[in-house]
Amino acid sequence: MPDDLNLNLLTISSARAAVQERQTTATSLVEKFYSKIEIEDRPVGGTNAYLTLTRERALEQASKLDRIVDQGDPLPPLGGVPVGIKDVIVTGGVRTTAGSKILGNYVPPYDSTAVTRLERAGAIVLGKLNCDEFAMGSSNENSAWGPVRNPRDLSRVPGGSSGGSAAAAAAGTAVATLGSDTGGSIRQPAAFCGVVGLMPTYGRVSRYGLIAFGSSLDHIGPLTRSVKDAAILLRHLAGHDPMDTTSSRVAVPDYEQEIEKPVRGLRVGVPTEYFPSELDSEVGKSVEAGIELLAGAGCEVKSISLPNTKYAIPTYYIVATAEASSNLARYDGVRYGYRSQNSKTLREMYRRSRDEGFGPEVKRRIMLGTYALSAGYYDAYYLKAQQVRTLIARDFLEAFKEVDVIVTPTTPTPAFKLGEKSDDPLSMYLADIFTVTASLAGIPGISVPCGETKNGLPIGMQILGRHFDEATILRLAHAFEHARAASLSRSA
Amino acid sequence: MKITQKDVQYVADLANLELTDDERTRMEKDLNQILGYIDLLSEVDTSNVPAMAQVGETSLEDPLRADEPKECLPRDLALKNAPQTDGSFFRVPKVIER
Repeated sequence: MPDDLNLNLLTISSARAAVQERQTTATSLVEKFYSKIEIEDRPVGGTNAYLTLTRERALEQASKLDRIVDQGDPLPPLGGVPVGIKDVIVTGGVRTTAGSKILGNYVPPYDSTAVTRLERAGAIVLGKLNCDEFAMGSSNENSAWGPVRNPRDLSRVPGGSSGGSAAAAAAGTAVATLGSDTGGSIRQPAAFCGVVGLMPTYGRVSRYGLIAFGSSLDHIGPLTRSVKDAAILLRHLAGHDPMDTTSSRVAVPDYEQEIEKPVRGLRVGVPTEYFPSELDSEVGKSVEAGIELLAGAGCEVKSISLPNTKYAIPTYYIVATAEASSNLARYDGVRYGYRSQNSKTLREMYRRSRDEGFGPEVKRRIMLGTYALSAGYYDAYYLKAQQVRTLIARDFLEAFKEVDVIVTPTTPTPAFKLGEKSDDPLSMYLADIFTVTASLAGIPGISVPCGETKNGLPIGMQILGRHFDEATILRLAHAFEHARAASLSRSA
Repeated sequence: MKITQKDVQYVADLANLELTDDERTRMEKDLNQILGYIDLLSEVDTSNVPAMAQVGETSLEDPLRADEPKECLPRDLALKNAPQTDGSFFRVPKVIER
């Protein structure tokens, strides 16, 4: 069997075609990915993206797919596509830790809807991906199982909290991955690792089986090496789910077709607030060059203002932590998860289990959220933040009367070094400064690679769109990806 | 508003966390730093601004479904992850303190 597949270059359609056209089998493809994972993803000296490998489950799915090909039948749309799943998304019968010691031995009794939908469409789940504990972090250094390293430079962070998902997609230890985004946790690591990361509209993708962090902010979305692959995955992930009442019944378009439509005449807003003087100059130049390319493709670029942008981080860190303090109250050592031994009373058991089970950042956020909701402070913090959140959302609604999409840098800097910010929570929080706004407003956003620094670190450009208008941001991102490839080949 | 060690202890009690002395000291410093930054919100005029109650566009969809009994998680599966059970119930340390 000719077998010269380059795993780093596989896409959803080329992986499916390779299996369908018998260039390889699904089983041998899975084995190849596991060999690559074994070599490149070592916990020490490697990327450390995978926490748990689901070999048995993957091989079982692969052999089902191989039988389909043997019978001469067409594969399902994601047939033969090896994927990785962030470890905050539950998998029935497969350990799911949320990057936390408190769920170190947790084996969920059911599958999340997102995983069910991908597997039903033929995807092969290779394993569970490392992340910041309970998706709280911007560097993946808050995982109880050690940090993920950026495959582009192992001395640097991959971003967070979906650091494992971004690293695996970038390193080619999966064709595509699922992440979750609460304040930037898909888009920011995608930018740091040089891949595409999509946060869909709030409610677009079912969250049944997503371990809850901030329920008014949590999203599931794909990380891929091309915009087209993100569009294909969204098609399969999106749509109402009776198991999640916050999932929307808004019709799901065929994103794969939508992205091929022309972008000429699209109105692109560039908010001045996202280009402050502190912005890393290489990031700023690269995104500005990206915007030039969009203008060259016939988009109408105009400067806009989102005046409440500077209040987004404080607003986010009140709303998200308040919700987290409530969501994480369930970890009490009774029904599942870690229990501290030798406690004499129930209350002592609760407190010790939580104290020994949670890491420092999770405790910090539970404390902050509990404080913001406590008697006497609710109005000053939580209510105030929810009001400012309304203003931030209104900024976007106003802007979208004049423009169709908004383009910004995804992050204020490229990937930073491991340890660089880990002792300073506030400076870590500011890494999310350009991503939390869309999360607060519930609008969709995508990060697409737009350049590199002199040292070869990836830079991401963020495209934001109207509620449920993923089609337009994917279309622009797709056009941009092609325009950039063309301009790179011209200058080469 | 400055957070004190006493506030930290009070909030830790509310959150059912048992912090060590070192953790309390660190928490006091971190919370003060973060809340200092969050105080930026006080300059925003929010009179007559409603608090966000629903994310995204207001939906006219009816989120209710028929209230029909469905299969639920079997007991053995529901108990499978519990640190301690008697086979039918979750077991916990004594609830009533003397």
